[in-house]
Amino acid sequence: MERPVTLHVDGTARKLSVDTRTTLLDALREQLAVTASKKGCDHGQCGACTVLLDGRRVLACLVLAVTCDRSEVTTADGLGGSGSPHPVQRALLEHDGLQCGYCTPGQACSAVGMLDEAKAGWPSAVTEDPRQNVELTEDEIRERMSGNLCRCGAYPNIVAALREAIR
Amino acid sequence: MTQDVGSGAVGSPVERLDGQAKVTGNAPYAFEQLTEGAVYLHPLRAPVARGRVTEMDTSAAEAVGGVRAILLAGQVEQLDTRDRELAVLQSREVAFRGQYVGAVLATTPENARHAASLVRVSCAASPPDVALEGDRADLYAPEVVNPRFGTDTEQGDTDSAFEEAAYFIDRTYRTPMEHNNPMEPHATVAHWDGGELSLYDSTQGAHSVRATLAPLFGLPTDRVRVQAPHVGGGFGSKGLPHANVVLAALAARSVPGTPVKFAVTRQQIFTVAGHRTPTIQRIRLGATRSGELTAITHDVVEHTSRIKEFAEQTAVPTRNMYRAANRRTTHRLAALDVPVPSWMRAPGECPGMFALESAVDEMARECGQDPVEFRIRNEPSEDPETGLPFSSHNLATCLRRGAEGFGWYDRNAPARSSPDAAGWIPGVGVAASTYPVFRSPGSRALVLAEGSGRYRVSIGAVDIGTGARTALTQIAADALGTEVSAIDLRIADTALPYANVAGGSSGTTCWGTAIHEAAGKLRAEHGSAPLPGASAEGETTSNPESGRFAMHAYGAQFAEVRVHADTGEVRVPRMLGVFAVGRVINPRTARSQFLGGMTMGLSMALHEEAVLDHELGHVVNQDLAEYHIATNADVGAIEITWLDEQDPHVNPMGSKGIGEIGIVGTAAAVANAVQHATGVRVRQLPITPDKLIS
Repeated sequence: MERPVTLHVDGTARKLSVDTRTTLLDALREQLAVTASKKGCDHGQCGACTVLLDGRRVLACLVLAVTCDRSEVTTADGLGGSGSPHPVQRALLEHDGLQCGYCTPGQACSAVGMLDEAKAGWPSAVTEDPRQNVELTEDEIRERMSGNLCRCGAYPNIVAALREAIR
Repeated sequence: MTQDVGSGAVGSPVERLDGQAKVTGNAPYAFEQLTEGAVYLHPLRAPVARGRVTEMDTSAAEAVGGVRAILLAGQVEQLDTRDRELAVLQSREVAFRGQYVGAVLATTPENARHAASLVRVSCAASPPDVALEGDRADLYAPEVVNPRFGTDTEQGDTDSAFEEAAYFIDRTYRTPMEHNNPMEPHATVAHWDGGELSLYDSTQGAHSVRATLAPLFGLPTDRVRVQAPHVGGGFGSKGLPHANVVLAALAARSVPGTPVKFAVTRQQIFTVAGHRTPTIQRIRLGATRSGELTAITHDVVEHTSRIKEFAEQTAVPTRNMYRAANRRTTHRLAALDVPVPSWMRAPGECPGMFALESAVDEMARECGQDPVEFRIRNEPSEDPETGLPFSSHNLATCLRRGAEGFGWYDRNAPARSSPDAAGWIPGVGVAASTYPVFRSPGSRALVLAEGSGRYRVSIGAVDIGTGARTALTQIAADALGTEVSAIDLRIADTALPYANVAGGSSGTTCWGTAIHEAAGKLRAEHGSAPLPGASAEGETTSNPESGRFAMHAYGAQFAEVRVHADTGEVRVPRMLGVFAVGRVINPRTARSQFLGGMTMGLSMALHEEAVLDHELGHVVNQDLAEYHIATNADVGAIEITWLDEQDPHVNPMGSKGIGEIGIVGTAAAVANAVQHATGVRVRQLPITPDKLIS
């Protein structure tokens, strides 16, 4: 069964017809050739496909495209707007917070979403007092970024990059 | 031998050249190549671990819209190979559960997957045999171990030496089946057009894929083109072409003119893309009263598959790590109904050094000696097996510098300090790292003067995330006496000169040497300001000094752990690695290689274990939710440093490989720290809470 949807991807309206079984990830990659969102597991276990859906980080492999009609989808390619990298992406570059680069677009989107969550006061499993403002310590960053696996092991560099991006 | 013109590019922390493309998601990987009108492949897999496919009913699958073709085992074109891993769909015999027995091609991934789920595969099955035990009656000695080391070695008389030893230990260590799990699953886009095969493949060696596939399909190599523009990690699993690449090419030939896209799913990776064999390692050590090792034996049992042998060289590092007049190493295999094992980061060194460095720690304690000093005391002055001098050997400096930097000598007295208020018990551990300097001949590079001081450097090498693009550009710049920005490096395509696989930590050695040779030739023939169009080719030969020196990289790793007294949870808040790896081409990307190796080593120590179901023969935990790899929250502070080591014998750059040494020793350092904290010696990885609570 197919349904028409409009996705606003990185600021551009894209009309397409999707199979109701099609994930947002496959719609982006296979139908729209938007490949900044990566497929690492297709089961919501690795984070490589992370995008911002109406401003919040989601796993594009666990979202059906048909449910995203008229939504704003931001991939790593659109994070910075106007073609320049987002400060988080620049910090990742400077700290070499990547090697093979396959998890990296997801890390970048996840980090941007995570910073907003912290700003909004969302606690994490390691937040000592949820009533206080969240201070993004190294432990907080590690915890909040643990949905994004990196097999190259760039975690310490990712944490350093995000510490800098916060400043 | 080091004779760069030297513009200072080598040794400077150049930012990763493809970094911006990667952080914005604009670096294209194999599956993302524009493929207008492509069809999607979803494989059929054997539902039993041992037996024979008797029937495949495709009627329901054929009725699914958009299905273009269905391939079935025993009903496809004949492939010219004796390699039974790559003899894809050639027979209906099943050698392991999950083996490919067919494929469905359809115009959308959803329809390919759905149609594949409708194919009914019937089998005549017999009970599989997948359990590795050290006392199996069918253990055998392989002819060689990977890549071509002798299977067994023996020097002196170990039995007498053990009898005479003042201190003697006899311990057995086990490491589990492990999976590489690069973040980018193996993927291929295959296209047959006019009798030519072109592939975009996620591989560590574009030329190796071509060299394997061309004869398989009866083609001259120049009719096959393989490109691997960006590769999302490999860690060995993309080093040798596996069945998935053959299946994609086979399927593409059934729909000529139409590209076929095939991405292996995360679950399938656990059966078709190689794995690290489980090992059972018995180590015996004898030492004098003053703590000098007199005898070392290391006897290894591991598995391989029934259809293809892979013999991991687990005991090989033991042949030259420590001095002892009496020594023996052996490797024995059991051929089981398991998927085909293969390379995983530092095959041999990684599991072997877990056992050896745990045993050395145990022996140091037995002798009442400091583990750092015990290692230094037992360092060989030359290769104990061959008597060759080392081209450079700075393990002792790594250990001493690491001990100082880590605060090793300030640690608590051995073991069992009482828990802190939150229940944590601290401990520290040390282990040595080593990795050989491999160099294969045959890589070639072409350097072309483009005018205005610019050069095009071409070599069919692959950057799987190692930073090869950046490091090779730096090597070229130095060898040509110019800036990094004046180099236009072209890689990752078989249309470019031959390059060895990215494996054995030898990429920079093999490819950098070829670039260095080509650049030197260009300058010799055309001067330092060559006219546009001037070019020269260079080739890497075998190292002329390899018969005169033993060549290895070394390192020392220190780990601080805390173990929870009630739950047995192990955390690793701090690690330090000190390495002696010759000249470091790019400190920024090199640091990431060491970090990554140690992180994977930490993951091996605490998390990784593929569990084989003994009744059904499959990996039970075949995804990233159940096969745990280290997450961000599992990794604490990791400090990396290295010595300014000069080694003129290894290659013109003076560099040793850095991709694998970081994972060697980490697991032992963690296990030794856990022992220091708790008094419990865990000899079976991973170190899970159940092994500490009893």
